[in-house]
Amino acid sequence: MLIGVPAETRRNETRVAATPASVGQLCALGHEVLVESGAGEAASFPDEAYVAAGARMGPADDAWGADVVLHVNAPTEDEVGRLRAGAVLVSLLAPALSPDLVQVLAARGVTALAMDAVPRISRAQSLDVLSSMANIAGYRAVVEAAHAFGRFFTGQVTAAGKVPPAKVFVAGAGVAGLAAIGAASSLGAIVRATDVRPEVAEQVRSLGGEYVGVPADEEEQAAGGGTGYASVTSESFNARAAVMYAEQARDVDVVVTTALIPGRPAPRLLTEEMVASMRPGSVVVDMAAAQGGNVAGSVPDEVVVTPNGVTIIGYTDLPARLPAQASQLFATNLVNLLKLLTPGKDGQLVLDMDDVVQRAMTVTRDGEVLWPPPPVAVSAAPVAAAPPPAPLPPPRKRQAPPGRRAALVGLAAALLFLLAAFSPSQLIGNLTVFALAVVVGFYVIGHVHHALHTPLMSVTNAISGIIVVGAILQLGHISTVVTVLAFLAVLLASINVFGGFAVTRRMLGMFRRA
Amino acid sequence: MTATTAASAAYIVAGLLFVLSLAGLSRHETAKTGNAYGMAGMAIALVATIGLAWRNGDALSVGLIVVAMVLGASIGLWRARIVEMTGMPELIALLHSFVGLAAVLVGWNGYLSVEGAPAGEAEELGLPVGIHSAEVAIGVFIGAVTFTGSIVAFLKLSGRIKSNPLVLPGKNALNLGALAVFAALTVVFVVSPGLGVLSGLTVLALALGWHLVASIGGGDMPVVVSMLNSYSGWAAAASGFLLDNDLLIITGALVGSSGAYLSYIMCQAMNRSFLSVIAGGFGNEGSTSAAAVDGEHTEISAEEVAQLLRDADSVVITPGYGMAVAHAQSAVADLTRTLTDKGVEVRFGIHPVAGRLPGHMNVLLAEAKVPYDVVLEMDEINDDFAKTSVVLVIGANDTVNPSAADPGSPIAGMPVLHVWEAEHVVVFKRSMSTGYAGVQNPLFFRENTRMLFGDARERVEDILRAL
Repeated sequence: MLIGVPAETRRNETRVAATPASVGQLCALGHEVLVESGAGEAASFPDEAYVAAGARMGPADDAWGADVVLHVNAPTEDEVGRLRAGAVLVSLLAPALSPDLVQVLAARGVTALAMDAVPRISRAQSLDVLSSMANIAGYRAVVEAAHAFGRFFTGQVTAAGKVPPAKVFVAGAGVAGLAAIGAASSLGAIVRATDVRPEVAEQVRSLGGEYVGVPADEEEQAAGGGTGYASVTSESFNARAAVMYAEQARDVDVVVTTALIPGRPAPRLLTEEMVASMRPGSVVVDMAAAQGGNVAGSVPDEVVVTPNGVTIIGYTDLPARLPAQASQLFATNLVNLLKLLTPGKDGQLVLDMDDVVQRAMTVTRDGEVLWPPPPVAVSAAPVAAAPPPAPLPPPRKRQAPPGRRAALVGLAAALLFLLAAFSPSQLIGNLTVFALAVVVGFYVIGHVHHALHTPLMSVTNAISGIIVVGAILQLGHISTVVTVLAFLAVLLASINVFGGFAVTRRMLGMFRRA
Repeated sequence: MTATTAASAAYIVAGLLFVLSLAGLSRHETAKTGNAYGMAGMAIALVATIGLAWRNGDALSVGLIVVAMVLGASIGLWRARIVEMTGMPELIALLHSFVGLAAVLVGWNGYLSVEGAPAGEAEELGLPVGIHSAEVAIGVFIGAVTFTGSIVAFLKLSGRIKSNPLVLPGKNALNLGALAVFAALTVVFVVSPGLGVLSGLTVLALALGWHLVASIGGGDMPVVVSMLNSYSGWAAAASGFLLDNDLLIITGALVGSSGAYLSYIMCQAMNRSFLSVIAGGFGNEGSTSAAAVDGEHTEISAEEVAQLLRDADSVVITPGYGMAVAHAQSAVADLTRTLTDKGVEVRFGIHPVAGRLPGHMNVLLAEAKVPYDVVLEMDEINDDFAKTSVVLVIGANDTVNPSAADPGSPIAGMPVLHVWEAEHVVVFKRSMSTGYAGVQNPLFFRENTRMLFGDARERVEDILRAL
């Protein structure tokens, strides 16, 4: 198939959707590649390099008229008009925010794949441009801050006096935040970071940062632990977080904020008072400026200096400020997508709607709007919900259809009701306890780590030795036969109890981390 | 506070500790605390129960309890201390059988002290006798199925009997028939409880347990062990109903449902229907139709493997049951350290059903002190094989079989480790025989595959010397 790579037309855009290296890989998949002349110039990829890698150069119209068009930004209306009916467009589309564009693409008969709709499952990571761009943006945010900050990041003791290290505070430890932590700590700064998800503390530390948590509220820990990523938080949590932010703002020299909630305005993390409490010369980089900003007073695409001398940087084009790097990663993500779409490596594009990744990305096809896709089981429970690898032909059986499920649940409920309704009260008590314990048992091991299956099993085995209690209670009986049998049962169950716990202890003692 | 309420209170505390224990066991950070909670819960339950027995009974019975428990504890602790990590699956299966047998004994006692007791000596019941009889029947049934099922699993895992699935004609009909007969016997037993009916029911359940597990092949053993774990929980819960003891019900139901869920997770990992695994026999139907695979395999020497590894950037080791059999885990760990010191990235790819117990490989590698953060799951590593220089397949076969992508193959649709995408694959194997599923592995005949025959531990040690 002919792949077209037109130049980007958005203002200040420096990226390009193919690099000479990615062109080589696309050709290896059996495709032909046509790059618009000058498309890679801003990213330091000259036309000759593309030709050397096997691409043809051509005018914009030819590139837009190709069978498959690779682009970074969503096309303008004019650009949609240049697409052929039946062509495949791959680019950032933000389908949730631009329903009009989706309609136009569908009307044009274009199959549109949104690179920003890749589901966040491990298999799809190699396609995830949002992650690659966030990585670059996080790094660049620190570089911009260092540029605007009037001091060293690292501490030094020199003949001319002692220089304290800069303190950097990163809000949000997603991909961008982690990249910022890594960049700032490798420049020598003292880095602190926070995130609504306490479990990222380990990742923060692995990059040289110090994790600052929001003081815990017992209830919330129990109810919402681990669900905070990119979602809205509660009032009381926000109040406690604000106290923490105010403390950090007074103390640090540089703040980088990365908090975003998809489809909503960015949460306000730093208020005007907090910014006013910062020392003159401090720098704030608001990476969410385009979505309304995490910081009071940030202006998208501009650098603002507050009356007390704090610089607030609101650039929204941070990835594009590293043109060659951003293009390289974006182009590699696209190559990985095309590898998935060209299973035969024969230049034939196959869109498999049974593959959750491809289905999630497909916004329009053959004049039909396919957005929003059905929800994908996200990576939270990797063992239970991992989809089968793509190349295996028989798609896994989904859960029973909802109608049948409902019928089954109804039947079970009715049976249980009948059983309980005709039981004496003692049995009802027992049944209640039983039913609740079954549910607890089901949920309590829901996210068990794969490596712990054996210890878990041996501990449950030890626990099921609890039957020893039953046997002990029977031992006091007058009948000799009963006593002998109960004695045996106590003996057997005790082997289980003691052996099970001891063996689990032994196993767990062996697990260690590098 | 009477002795009875004190015991009930202790049972509630113990039940909650067990919940915390299971919850703790699902993460590395909390696993040890989880185990400690479990022990604390058990200690509380035992103290409360013995206290109760002390108060109600005579010194003789308390003495018997202590003797039985000390005996049991010493046997259990001794076994736990000497068991090798490679023998873990057998031990766990055997322990399950004890719970099953204990449940059978408790059930029989229930009958003997109520329905079967001489007139006037029967214990008082808060329930109609019919319900008690039904509880006895169900408890004995589950316990007996668990008992023989676990025994068969133990024998298969320890190699004392063949692990091939037993195929009796109409095995599904046999299983369903046994269930129907069980239902009928239960009704008879409720109407007129008698020693004969209970004996018949016990024998039937013992036979059913034997048949259920005997007809499941060795490759499915991880699921079977986890399922028996679940059964042993249900057996304990049934005894709880019988004795009107909430702690037994709570704990049994916890273990039962968590074990069932764990088996379900594993079936999903193997892309197999839960029901077809527990109903027994996988791969029996289509195995003959699979295309015969043969071709030329190429051998390699340990020195050449060492050379390959020295030049590699990244190495992935995919162990299987063969590593456990050869006790090669320590040698493999030494190899990992040697290579890491030379700057080679070494990681492990673990198939969810590698070994004979879920997480079996993780336990072995942990024993050999391989850090657990380089030990990755199949889904975490499958996309990386294409960028890997050398894959060492140590005693794994079905889990790395590319014919899973072939619809005619008996293991069709089972997710496998895509080792063949790597630059070089070295397969450690004793001979060219097939794996548990009985399927030939086309991996061995691929151009980028080299075979290294012999005992896995000796070969790994040879490589270490050459390095």
